[in-house]
Amino acid sequence: MARIDVNHIRHSYLPNPKKDSDFALKEVHHVFEDGGAYALLGPSGCGKTTLLNIISGLLHPSHGKLLFNGSDVTRLSTQERNIAQVFQFPVIYDTMTVYDNLAFPLRNRRVPEADVDRKVRETLDMIDLAAMANRKARRLTADQKQKISLGRGLVRSDVNAILFDEPLTVIDPHMKWVLRSQLKQLHRRFGYTMVYVTHDQTEALTFADRVVVMYDGEIVQIGTPAELFERPRHTFVGYFIGSPGMNVLPVALEGKTAMLGAQRIELPGAPKAEAGPVELGIRPEYVRLGREGMAVSVSKVEDVGRHKVVRANLEGREIAAVIGEDDEVPAEPKVRFDPAGINIYADSWRVEMGA
Amino acid sequence: MEKTWNNKAWFLVLPMLVLVAFSAVIPLMTVVNYSVQDTFGNNVFFWAGTEWFEDLLASDRFWEAMVRNLIFSFIILAIEVPLGIFIALNMPKKGWGVPVCLVLMALPLLIPWNVVGTIWQVFGRNDIGLLGYYVNAFGIDYNYVQDPFDAWVTVIIMDVWHWTSLVVLLCYAGLVSIPDAFYQAAKIDGASRWAVFRYIQLPKMQRVLLIAVLLRFMDSFMIYTEPFVVTGGGPGNSTTFLSIDLVKTALGQFDLGPAAAMSLVYFLIILLLSWVFYTVMTNYDAER
Repeated sequence: MARIDVNHIRHSYLPNPKKDSDFALKEVHHVFEDGGAYALLGPSGCGKTTLLNIISGLLHPSHGKLLFNGSDVTRLSTQERNIAQVFQFPVIYDTMTVYDNLAFPLRNRRVPEADVDRKVRETLDMIDLAAMANRKARRLTADQKQKISLGRGLVRSDVNAILFDEPLTVIDPHMKWVLRSQLKQLHRRFGYTMVYVTHDQTEALTFADRVVVMYDGEIVQIGTPAELFERPRHTFVGYFIGSPGMNVLPVALEGKTAMLGAQRIELPGAPKAEAGPVELGIRPEYVRLGREGMAVSVSKVEDVGRHKVVRANLEGREIAAVIGEDDEVPAEPKVRFDPAGINIYADSWRVEMGA
Repeated sequence: MEKTWNNKAWFLVLPMLVLVAFSAVIPLMTVVNYSVQDTFGNNVFFWAGTEWFEDLLASDRFWEAMVRNLIFSFIILAIEVPLGIFIALNMPKKGWGVPVCLVLMALPLLIPWNVVGTIWQVFGRNDIGLLGYYVNAFGIDYNYVQDPFDAWVTVIIMDVWHWTSLVVLLCYAGLVSIPDAFYQAAKIDGASRWAVFRYIQLPKMQRVLLIAVLLRFMDSFMIYTEPFVVTGGGPGNSTTFLSIDLVKTALGQFDLGPAAAMSLVYFLIILLLSWVFYTVMTNYDAER
């Protein structure tokens, strides 16, 4: 296990990067603590996989350094770094049996055959494929194959870190849940440093202690699931996390009041003045629908099972509100914003509010 | 629903049957016709029964040509397949080198057979040929016109030059279809270069390799033009393969009966081998 320092790493796939937009990773500076379970969350193309491949050594960064437990590994090859990585699509060795597939990483490292057998059997039990140990791997279904890929990532116990690159994409929803909790359990038992790349917020929030949200080659926020939900540092995090995402409304500031068109919204404190367009962010969970507050016209009510999502129009802006499964939409609907859920953004970045 | 039982469906197959009849069955039947008759010219034919077939199967000349042909096929497969794999593995996977390599590889395949023969015929001559002249200049006695061994070497090198590209291109197609993730996973798993070849590249090339072996075997078993142009089957009969022998019999000696019997046996052998390969390949697919 290792602590991983990502030290001012920038990476570009172009030979001579000049502009900022030439970089797939703009600048990442972060420490993955030893034994932590991290999720890298972000939309496709935001640089998650690039960062992961830099950690595993499949890519070498254009700038910056990578440290494992304080020693520089930036120029070391993948083999020398002793990392396990599981890829998005199953990678299996067609001609081998399930057992041999799992034994492969160990045998390549000349682990004694007795230990290989013990570790492989343990892993087979873990991924629930013990009954198929002697089957040819190529005859299995896609999710069984992916379990083999996962198993190959887990079979070595001495690795510095285990990296997962959207490993559950091809797995059935039900199985996804089972495997995810197994990974979590493994993490608790063995204390691996795990980094899990995903674009699925549920997956990120249930797997990780700390979620690293990436956007356009940069880390925009690192935090616990609750922090990401309550205090998104960037409007992107607000949109991206939560279903539906945060309502973001352009406002004008007047001390402790935000002006949204003709409406005045009282803020819990006066935001520190910043340059750039000012926006107010509020999660649909903090929008109270009732008989008092700002008048809205409801355009649609979606029943998503546990609760209802109300889509409404406030001062010409689309907003969403979440109400209970049994709540009704009043005849003349009005909304109030719960001050606890209000965040103010200047130029898309969150600003603190004073007293 | 009540099924109507009649033979009207045959009318639907008729056009195809007629086409196949004219293109294959009728020409083949004339060969069958020749193979069971004897003639002394003037279009007078006598019934010969199975005599030509019995003669053929008892003749040393036929079996020698057959053995020569099998040895030839075996040697060129033993060279072209490993060499083809080796070249394919070392070809660039991206960048400007890809089109350059592909065009270079495709060039020999685009040259007509008899031109290939002529090229090597001249290339190997020890008076004016670049190869022949310099090999002799280095003190190696090389003369494909008089020495059977040199003739074999020339014919084999010519075939390797002409056809290794086919194996290369097929293998290359198999190789580039392997997703990057496999190589990445192999790095993560600490696999050696050999293990990558043995467990990733070879299995992925297996199918195309099977096709390559099939094509090369068939082609080399039917080889005619190139050795005919270079050596004319000589010196003596040393490079007389089945098809050359067949043409010598049919057109050189004008022995239509024996030649027809020979081509039928030749045809049956090829048919049998095709069937064997087909079965192996379909079984292999079913197993997957």
